[in-house]
Amino acid sequence: MSFLAIEHAVKQFGGLRAVDDVSFSLKRGEIVGLLGPNGSGKTTLINLISGALPASAGTITLNGQQLTGLRRDKIARCGVARTFQLVRILPSLTLIENVKIPAVFGHKAHWGAAAERVAKDALAMVGLSERATMSAGDLTYIDQKRLELARALAAEPELLLLDEWLAGLNPTELEEGIKLISELRDSGLTILMVEHIIDAVRALCPRVVVMNSGKLIADEQTDKALTDPAVVTAYLGEDVDA
Amino acid sequence: MTKLIIPLLALVALAFAPNFVSAYGLGLLIGAATYVTLASAWALFSGHTHYVSLATVAFYGTGAYCMAVLNEALPYWAVLLCAGGIGATMAALVGLSTLRLQGVYFVIFSFGLAELVRQLITWYEVNVTGTLGRYIFLDISARDIYWQMLALGAATIALTAWIHRSRLGMALRVIGDDEAVAAHSGINLARVKLIAFVLSAVILTLAGAITSPRYVYVEPAIVFNPTVSFLTVIMALLGGANRLWGPALGAVPLFLVFEWLSTNFPDSYPIFMGLLFIGVVFLLPDGILAGIEKLRARRKVQS
Amino acid sequence: MILTTLILGLVLGSTYALLALGLTLQYGIARIMNLAYGELTLVGAFVLVAVFQQLGLSPLIAMILIAPAGYALGWFLYQGMMRPLVKRSGARGRLEVDSILATFGLLFLIQGILLMLFGANFTSISYLDRGVNVLGVSVALNRLIAFGICVVAGGALVLALAKTRWGLIMRAVALTPGSAPLVGIDVNKVARQGFALGTALAVVAGASIAMYQTFSATDGVVFTMKALVIVIMGGVGNVKGALVAGIALGLLETFVATAIDPGLTLAATFAIFLVVLLWRPQGLFGAR
Repeated sequence: MSFLAIEHAVKQFGGLRAVDDVSFSLKRGEIVGLLGPNGSGKTTLINLISGALPASAGTITLNGQQLTGLRRDKIARCGVARTFQLVRILPSLTLIENVKIPAVFGHKAHWGAAAERVAKDALAMVGLSERATMSAGDLTYIDQKRLELARALAAEPELLLLDEWLAGLNPTELEEGIKLISELRDSGLTILMVEHIIDAVRALCPRVVVMNSGKLIADEQTDKALTDPAVVTAYLGEDVDA
Repeated sequence: MTKLIIPLLALVALAFAPNFVSAYGLGLLIGAATYVTLASAWALFSGHTHYVSLATVAFYGTGAYCMAVLNEALPYWAVLLCAGGIGATMAALVGLSTLRLQGVYFVIFSFGLAELVRQLITWYEVNVTGTLGRYIFLDISARDIYWQMLALGAATIALTAWIHRSRLGMALRVIGDDEAVAAHSGINLARVKLIAFVLSAVILTLAGAITSPRYVYVEPAIVFNPTVSFLTVIMALLGGANRLWGPALGAVPLFLVFEWLSTNFPDSYPIFMGLLFIGVVFLLPDGILAGIEKLRARRKVQS
Repeated sequence: MILTTLILGLVLGSTYALLALGLTLQYGIARIMNLAYGELTLVGAFVLVAVFQQLGLSPLIAMILIAPAGYALGWFLYQGMMRPLVKRSGARGRLEVDSILATFGLLFLIQGILLMLFGANFTSISYLDRGVNVLGVSVALNRLIAFGICVVAGGALVLALAKTRWGLIMRAVALTPGSAPLVGIDVNKVARQGFALGTALAVVAGASIAMYQTFSATDGVVFTMKALVIVIMGGVGNVKGALVAGIALGLLETFVATAIDPGLTLAATFAIFLVVLLWRPQGLFGAR
C-alpha cells in the first residue's frame, strides 16, 4: 500500500497550470527524487503537499489520511516536515530554540526535557551541537541550511520534503550532505527530494519522478529516467546543474 | 529567587506609596500605573508578533464607557466582568476578520478602529438614547483606583512572564520571526494570534473601566482620545516591547514627560511625540533594554 | 435626488481615487506603508489656502507649483528617512514594521507643525463658489474644477504607467522588486521616484480638496484611512483598481451621508473594508 499518494493534483495560477494532473505515490521508507527543469512545477508540488498552497483539484493522502484541504499546521502535525528552496531560519532565536519549535508544536508535541532532548539530537545529527546557544541570524549560509534540516528532523516526521537542500554546497559539503541524507534514508524515513544535482540523485534515489511544464513525464528507475528521451528533451536548452 | 523577590518588594512598597504623597502625587501614580498596564498589555500581543496594534484606546474607551453605562444598574465587580467580556468579544471579532491576513491589514484596521467605535457610540447615543455625555458617581476613592490599577498592572506583568515561558509565548516569537516557518512547524497561526490579542484586549478594557471614575464625566470624545493608543505604542517600543520589563520601563518616564509637556507646551506636544517615534525607530529599534545589552556586549569585547 | 447623489459622489470619488493612487504608488513601488499620507495631503491643502489668501494666486496656478514641490518633498523624505530603513531591513520583514512606525512619527511631526502654523480651526476658501447646471443638478464650479484636475492628473498617470517605458519599469518593480535588478533596473531610484510621485499626488489631491471643502489640521488620519481602504479594495499596487474603488467609495459615502446619516460615513467605509477583507483580501480587482 502506498504511504504518500498524490492523485490528479492540479494547481492553477490564473491561466497557468503550474501542476497539471500529477499522480504518483511513495511507499513507506522510500526515497524519491523529484526532477525537472526550472519552472516545471516541482516546488509548487512540494507546496501542495505541505499545504503552503491549496490544490485546485486532486487529492493527496498520507498513510490514508487526506492532506488536501488541511491547513499548513495541521499537515505538519500529520507528520510532514519540509525545508525551503530559499532557506528560512528564525533569525532572532538561538539554534536550539529554532530546532525546538517543531519538536514542541509538531505531531509528537513534546514539552520540557523531552523537547530539549529531541532538539539536541537533531542539532547533533547535522553537527551544530557546539553552537546551540548562538543566534541563528549569525550563521553562515551553509550552516543555516544545516539548521533548517535539523529543524525539519526535530519534527520527527513521517515524510520529509527537501526542496533543493543540496543546492549551493561546495564539493566537500555536498559529500557530507549526501551522507547525511543517506543516513536518514537508512533510518527508514520517507523522503521526497527536489534536486538538480544529478550525482546526488544517482547516489541517493533509486527512483525518480520527472516533471515538465506542470506535467509528470516520467516515473521510473533513476538510470532509466536519465536516458529517457522525453526527460532528456525536457532538459535540453536548460542548464543541467550536473 | 531574587528575580521574584525584588518585584514583590517593589509591589509592596508601591502599595504603601499613597500614604506618602499628595493628591496630585496620587494622580501621577495612577497615571503611571495605568500606562504601565496599557503598555505591558499592548506588548503582550504586539511585542513579539510585530503586529502593531494602534487600537489600544478602542478597548480602553470601551471599558470606560461600560462603566459609565452600567455602573448604576450593576454592582461594581459585575461591571468589570461585563467590560472584560465585551472587550474580549470585540477583540475576537476584529481578530477573526483581520489576523489571518498579512500584518499590514491588521495595522490599518486597528488604525481606524477607535474612530469607528467612537462614531458608532456617538451615533447611538445621539439617535437612540438621546444623551451624549454620562456621569459616573461611584463611591470609589482615588486610592482604591490606584490599588486596583496596581494589581492589574502586576497581574499583566506576571501573565507576560508566564506566557514567555509557555508554548504560547514560544509560538508568538516564532510568528514574529517567520509565519511560514511557524505554520509548517505545526503552529496554528490564527489561534495563537487570536488568544494573545484577546488576552491583551481584556486587560486594556479593564484598565479603561477601572480608571473611568476618575473622569467623572464621560463622553466619546474624551475616552476615545487617540493619543492614548499612540503613547502606549511609543512607551512599549522605547523600553523594549519584547522584554518583560521593557514596557514598564518606557511607560513611567514617558508618562511623566508627557504630563509635563501637556501642561507647559500643549501646542508642541505632537511634534515632540513625532520626533520621539522617529528617534526610537532609528536609534533604538529594539528598545532601551536591548540597547544597554548591546553596549555591555561591546564593552566586554573591548576589555 | 439620485442624480444629485450620483454626480456629487462622482466628484468626491475622483478626489479619493487620486488620493489612493498616490498611496498605492508609495506602497506598491516603494514598499513604504505611509501612515503620514493624509498629513501630506493636508500640507497640499494648507499651502493652497496660504498661497491663495496671502499672495492672491489663483488656485489653478498654485496647483502647477504645488505638484513639483510635492515631488521634491517626497524625494527628500524618501532619501532622508525611508532609504536608511530600507537599507537596514535587509531581505524581509522588518521594513514594514519600521516604515509604519517611522511614518507614524512623521504623522505627528507634520500635524504638530501644521497646528503651530495654522491652528486647529477649520479652514476653507471661497473660490468660484457658484452653481453650474450639470444634467439638471446644480454643482459648485469649484467642485467641477477639482474633478477636472483629478481626471487629468489621474488619467495622465494611468496612461504613463500603461504606455511608456518608464511606466513599464515602475510596474516591473511593483511586481517583483527582487528580480528587477537582474534586468538592470535601479530599484532604489525607482522606489524613490514612486514615493516622490505618490507624494506629489497626495498634495495635488489635498489642494483640490481645499478648493471646495473645509478641513482642519487634524483631518489627516481620516484621509489616510480612506486612501488605505481604497487601496486595499482595489488591490495593492493596482492602479485601475484604485481608480474604480475610489469612485465607488465616493459614491457610497455621498449616498450614506444623504440617505442615512452623515455621522456614519466612516462606519460605512469600514463596513466595506471589512467585507473586502473577509471576502476578497487580495482586493476586488487583484488576482489571487
